Amino acid sequence: MIIKFKNTCKSYGAEAAIADFNLDIQKGELLVLLGPSGSGKSTVLKMVNRMVSHDEGQIYFHDREINSFNVQDLRRRMGYAIQSVGLFPHRTVAQNIATVPKLLGWDTQRVQARVNELLTLLAMDPKQYAARYPHQLSGGQQQRVGVARALAANPDVLLMDEPFGALDPISRAALQVALKQIQQTTGKTILFVTHDIDEALLLATRIVLLNQGRIVQVGTPLELLQQPANDFVVNFLGRADLGLQQLSMRSIAPYVKAIEGAPPTHVIAYSVSLREAISRMATLHVSALSVVKEDGTVLGQVQAADLLENKHV
Amino acid sequence: MRLSLVNRCNPVLALFLALALSAAYCLPFVRVSPNRLLSGEPVFLADVLLPLNSPLVVPLMFALFTLLSMAAWQPKRRITQALVFLAMAAGLASLWLLAGHFANHAIQTQNPFARTTLGAGFWTLSAITWMIGLDAIARLQLATLPRLFVQSALLLPLLLSLNQGLQLSIGQEYANHNDVFWPAIFRHLQIVILAVAPALVIGLLLAWRMSRNRRLRQSLFPVLNLIQTIPSIALFGLLMAPLAWIAFQWPALSRAGIGGVGIAPAVLALLMYALLPIARSALAGLEQVPAEAVNAARAMGMTSRQILCEVELPLALPVLFIGLRTAVVQTTGLAAVSALVGAGGLGQMMFDGLFSAANELVILGVIPIVMLAMLADTAFKLLGSLFWTSP
Repeated sequence: MIIKFKNTCKSYGAEAAIADFNLDIQKGELLVLLGPSGSGKSTVLKMVNRMVSHDEGQIYFHDREINSFNVQDLRRRMGYAIQSVGLFPHRTVAQNIATVPKLLGWDTQRVQARVNELLTLLAMDPKQYAARYPHQLSGGQQQRVGVARALAANPDVLLMDEPFGALDPISRAALQVALKQIQQTTGKTILFVTHDIDEALLLATRIVLLNQGRIVQVGTPLELLQQPANDFVVNFLGRADLGLQQLSMRSIAPYVKAIEGAPPTHVIAYSVSLREAISRMATLHVSALSVVKEDGTVLGQVQAADLLENKHV
Repeated sequence: MRLSLVNRCNPVLALFLALALSAAYCLPFVRVSPNRLLSGEPVFLADVLLPLNSPLVVPLMFALFTLLSMAAWQPKRRITQALVFLAMAAGLASLWLLAGHFANHAIQTQNPFARTTLGAGFWTLSAITWMIGLDAIARLQLATLPRLFVQSALLLPLLLSLNQGLQLSIGQEYANHNDVFWPAIFRHLQIVILAVAPALVIGLLLAWRMSRNRRLRQSLFPVLNLIQTIPSIALFGLLMAPLAWIAFQWPALSRAGIGGVGIAPAVLALLMYALLPIARSALAGLEQVPAEAVNAARAMGMTSRQILCEVELPLALPVLFIGLRTAVVQTTGLAAVSALVGAGGLGQMMFDGLFSAANELVILGVIPIVMLAMLADTAFKLLGSLFWTSP
């Protein structure tokens, strides 16, 4: 267990922002704190690196109460990325990424190697971008640098507060994919705050749904969709779209049947979700599609009736 | 239609030209008197030019007039503006050389004690030439760095020909005061540095405290503003009594040069004047630092001192620099008045001239002050443009 909240409370004046919060976060999770604005999700995140102090209860980091750490040491062990990025305008991309390693006293060669590694990881050519200043980058590139800076000193935990909220849809989708890949390859523990349901469903290994400073439900994305705890969950996830949301969480793999007779003319990749398969059928006005692997070999077919009636093969 | 005409031609230059012509005809270029005490007879530019008997005078004047007319009519052509710049640089030196030549002539033909003083015509023509030169430089639309160099180059021919005017009254005053002239300049610089350097440190500290404390800001700025409204002579006077008392109480301080008169009240008063521009610009600089950058620095585990030194100060520096420039230029000018409390410097020569009705001596004191202020201004702009690309 890397982070543990135990009966944690935080109030601003008489108003309780977070009430009796209990949560265990395991190593390697991508835990999404989801909720409407004012639900306290950002406060929970900021309490972890003591940007906001908790009033009551305990927060443990590696089984140690966070207040027993030197605050700077604690923060240097946690990466931090926010919506407004907060890059230093007077420093180059490389210098920005090197901030925490420099604070930790890494030698120059190690810092430079790490900067190059991170820029490459985030699909930015070090030769082209390392010496640029933040104002010479697009919004998406700035946030890539922001994520690289948060990852720089190989922190145990990455705290991300709506990091992609201000980006255009294309940059956002690209960064979501990049983050998911980084999380899967490095096994980093990530706490991710968002109010965007699609983002939460796409990224999370576990979602914590918050409302008015309290946990409403904790579970995997599919659990939240299939077994919502109450009406708030159903409403928040979107009552009308609930079916489609569920479909998007499931692969077509179990529905692939052998082809009998003539194969369907249109094809679809083996890896797509049920939602994509049905969407494709609707646009093409067909009720069956050939399923192919990446190399183009035909594996079988899927039929609309099976997908909608949830008939596994 | 009228607007496009204004855009096409340069009415300011035409006005300058008209002013220069009338100044040349109506105002005495120099004045000549038999000795230092008598007021002189006016001599006009034509009277200086005609005895030269040079076949070049008329064609040169004609060429100059044609060039300026072209520049006024077609200000967009950069080659014309470059020629105007060269002509004005040469013109500033020529005005000086003409006056110097006439002074030589007067000493040789009239009597060895003849005094040639610079007249209103000389000053007006020099000022107009200077301004036409600056206008031409502005129209060349250079980047900051080359522009500053070209502006300095405008004075270069004049500076190189300064020794040709030693027979002028102002040159003779320089010769008479040669022993105090350069020490006065160094003393002046000393006063400025002694006042601005501590003001920079104190101003920065005040701004840093004020950026963290709103109430301090609300109480401190009125005080700094109030100091700024006290006339400088009054402030020197106000400081004399307490400093004299301090020197009396602690003789060690008195031996170190601190007392009611001299450099101490001058430096202290100038320091107080310099605080406002420095503190205000430093605070403005600190406040325009993006909050999210400071926030990110904190969240990454920087200490308050690291945030100040590595994030806030570097980002505030361009704005602080502008305030520092203002403070240095302002102090250079104000330091002249500090001669009244016995601080010395160029102001001493200026007041000596005033009290003995020797106008040339006043000018000999004032011109270096103006030059120092301009030099400081240019140096700061130069440094600024080297470090920060944005204006």
